[in-house]
Amino acid sequence: MIIGRKAVNFIRLGLSYIVLVALAIAAIYPALWILLASFRPGKSLYSKTLIPEQFTLAHYKELFTSPVYMFGTWYANTLKIAVFSMLIGVVLTLLTSYALSRFRFKSRKTTMSTLLILGMFPGFMSMIAIYLLLKEFNLLDTHLALIIVYAAGAPLGGTLIAKGFLDTIPRSLDEAARIDGASNFGIFTRIILPLSRPMITYIALTLFVGPWVDFIFAKLILRTKENWTVAVGMWDMVNTMQNSNFTLFAAGAVLISVPIMILFGFLQRLLVDGLTAGASKG
Amino acid sequence: MQRHKAKAGILSAIFMGLGQIYNRQFIKGLMFIAVEAVALIYFISNLGRAFWGMTTLGESPSRLEKVKGIAKMVPGDHSIVILIESLITLLFFVLFLIVWYMNIRDAYKIGAERENGRPSHTFKQSVRYILDYKFAQSFLLLPGMGILFFTIMPIFFMIMLAFTNYAAPNHIPPAKLVDWVGFETFRNLLVLKTWSHTFYGVLTWTIIWAVLSTITTYFGGMLVALLINQKGIRFKGMWRMLLIIPYAIPQMISLLLMRNLFNGQFGPINQYLGYFGMGGLPWLTDPFWAKVTVIVVNMWVGIPVSMLLIMGVLTTIPRDMYEAAEVDGATNYQKFRIVTLPMILFSTAPTLIMQFAGNINNFNAIFLLTGGNPVNGNYQYAGSTDLLVTWLYKLTLDQNKNNMASAIGIILFIIVAGFSLYNYRRTKSFQEEDMIQ
Repeated sequence: MIIGRKAVNFIRLGLSYIVLVALAIAAIYPALWILLASFRPGKSLYSKTLIPEQFTLAHYKELFTSPVYMFGTWYANTLKIAVFSMLIGVVLTLLTSYALSRFRFKSRKTTMSTLLILGMFPGFMSMIAIYLLLKEFNLLDTHLALIIVYAAGAPLGGTLIAKGFLDTIPRSLDEAARIDGASNFGIFTRIILPLSRPMITYIALTLFVGPWVDFIFAKLILRTKENWTVAVGMWDMVNTMQNSNFTLFAAGAVLISVPIMILFGFLQRLLVDGLTAGASKG
Repeated sequence: MQRHKAKAGILSAIFMGLGQIYNRQFIKGLMFIAVEAVALIYFISNLGRAFWGMTTLGESPSRLEKVKGIAKMVPGDHSIVILIESLITLLFFVLFLIVWYMNIRDAYKIGAERENGRPSHTFKQSVRYILDYKFAQSFLLLPGMGILFFTIMPIFFMIMLAFTNYAAPNHIPPAKLVDWVGFETFRNLLVLKTWSHTFYGVLTWTIIWAVLSTITTYFGGMLVALLINQKGIRFKGMWRMLLIIPYAIPQMISLLLMRNLFNGQFGPINQYLGYFGMGGLPWLTDPFWAKVTVIVVNMWVGIPVSMLLIMGVLTTIPRDMYEAAEVDGATNYQKFRIVTLPMILFSTAPTLIMQFAGNINNFNAIFLLTGGNPVNGNYQYAGSTDLLVTWLYKLTLDQNKNNMASAIGIILFIIVAGFSLYNYRRTKSFQEEDMIQ
């Protein structure tokens, strides 16, 4: 009986390992493939072997030196846009979530429902209106326009999650500080901000990654090539020359993904918290 | 009996700030006066035009005119620019009315306090009062303005477009004017054969897609999480790290990559299949296989998220529940069915509904992978894998059928917002949020 149980266990674990290995291969293979393709000489999408026979850095060099692809400029543009919209967006999100978490005022629940619903609106539906609005203010083809729009939209995405987190910070802390004479603003900067560091990191990360991967809106606003972001550039690369210079695309893809993957690696724990924040409050 | 409150209120209604000055709140009064002065200058030159623009959407199209025998283009009214300018002006006007109302109420309230013998606040005291008691509202002001102009205003604009005939080829400014047409666009979309056939077709696929993609990623993620969490599995952290990789790659990259991998002619997947003596599949070019491909690729992208989520839930299930089950002699499968599954479903149900709503609007998965293709000859400007969102995108940016796109957008919005609102109001965090503490 005991031996039978052990055997069953052994088989169960064995099968589990086989499935896990298969899943892991499926998860890594495309990523590995694009990484290796970026080092492969030539331009072709297909190669008989996964690991290239020769390694070359020529594609990376080409990205930064070629007159056709202004990858360095795009990279710098994206970095600038991402950093600024992250900073402003985080501040705006914290303002709204703090107000909604700590204060009770009329129409508070309405505000929360409104935020939720507005966040559901397909973003590019409003593109034409925003496009015309930006045109009115002469902001087309500028990075400022993108920063304003990303930052203004930030509270829609992050407020409810951040509010859920702030709710878990005991209110007795606020009250203690209030007795010690702290103002609302003092409570916000001295108690709420330090305690919500994980949430701030999560919001900041999502707001930073947003501009890296958004191409629909960036494509509409940024008209001249030297103003593009990497997302627009890569999209253009695939669309204008699909399959003809795949290795170059691979190199660009690696350059975009690596910083984000490193960030994700560091912040894995926080991401789990962020994902579950909306879910298991019950 | 002094009548301070009535006097102050009426003065403030006549001109903003007068009531405050009557109440001897000079700095506040001057600030209100300045606001009204700026507003008057702005509205005198703009408000009339805004009402005209909103009702007519422009009257004279651009036309050729002979000036001294030479044909010359005379620019006319650009309906869409007029519409949005009018909208902005009216929005400012509403904001002004709110400030005006607040100013009257403020003067009235302080007048009433004076009648009761309390002196009115000094400016310093007013600021202090706002910081202490109206903190939340003043905190929300800045984000609120951003949302008003970059989210709410555009939504109004899009809703209005659905009631116009702003569409190629006959009503594209500046050459032509745009007019209000009432519900005609909706009628065309829902009843007129050419459009309704596409609409119901795309709607059906959108729902099938949302259901399938949500279920596959959710249960796929659950399976992976349970596999890793089994007793006796080693290197749990390593497995998690490996399986999380697809989540960390930006969707824009991974989907464009998949589009290359699945390419019917050059794609490595078909070439590998050929290697093993199997014929390649028309992954992205056959309507049925394209649908299969988007679901499979979406699993690759989406399973890691569900995995993380469910792993998080698994850690919160109390161990004694399993111990109790073991005492009762439950098998592994029974433990899963009676303890694990209900706990997971219970705490992730809201997320599940949100994922479903999100998948209805999953623009990236379709647009980057297939672009909505393969083309469907029976459809109006839509391909076989197009969701309502990507169809809407095509109608706007490629076809200039803006009114139709707006109508679809409104319908889509109602569906998705309905789901999320229902879901949100049901969650405990909304109903009983004050009970946490």
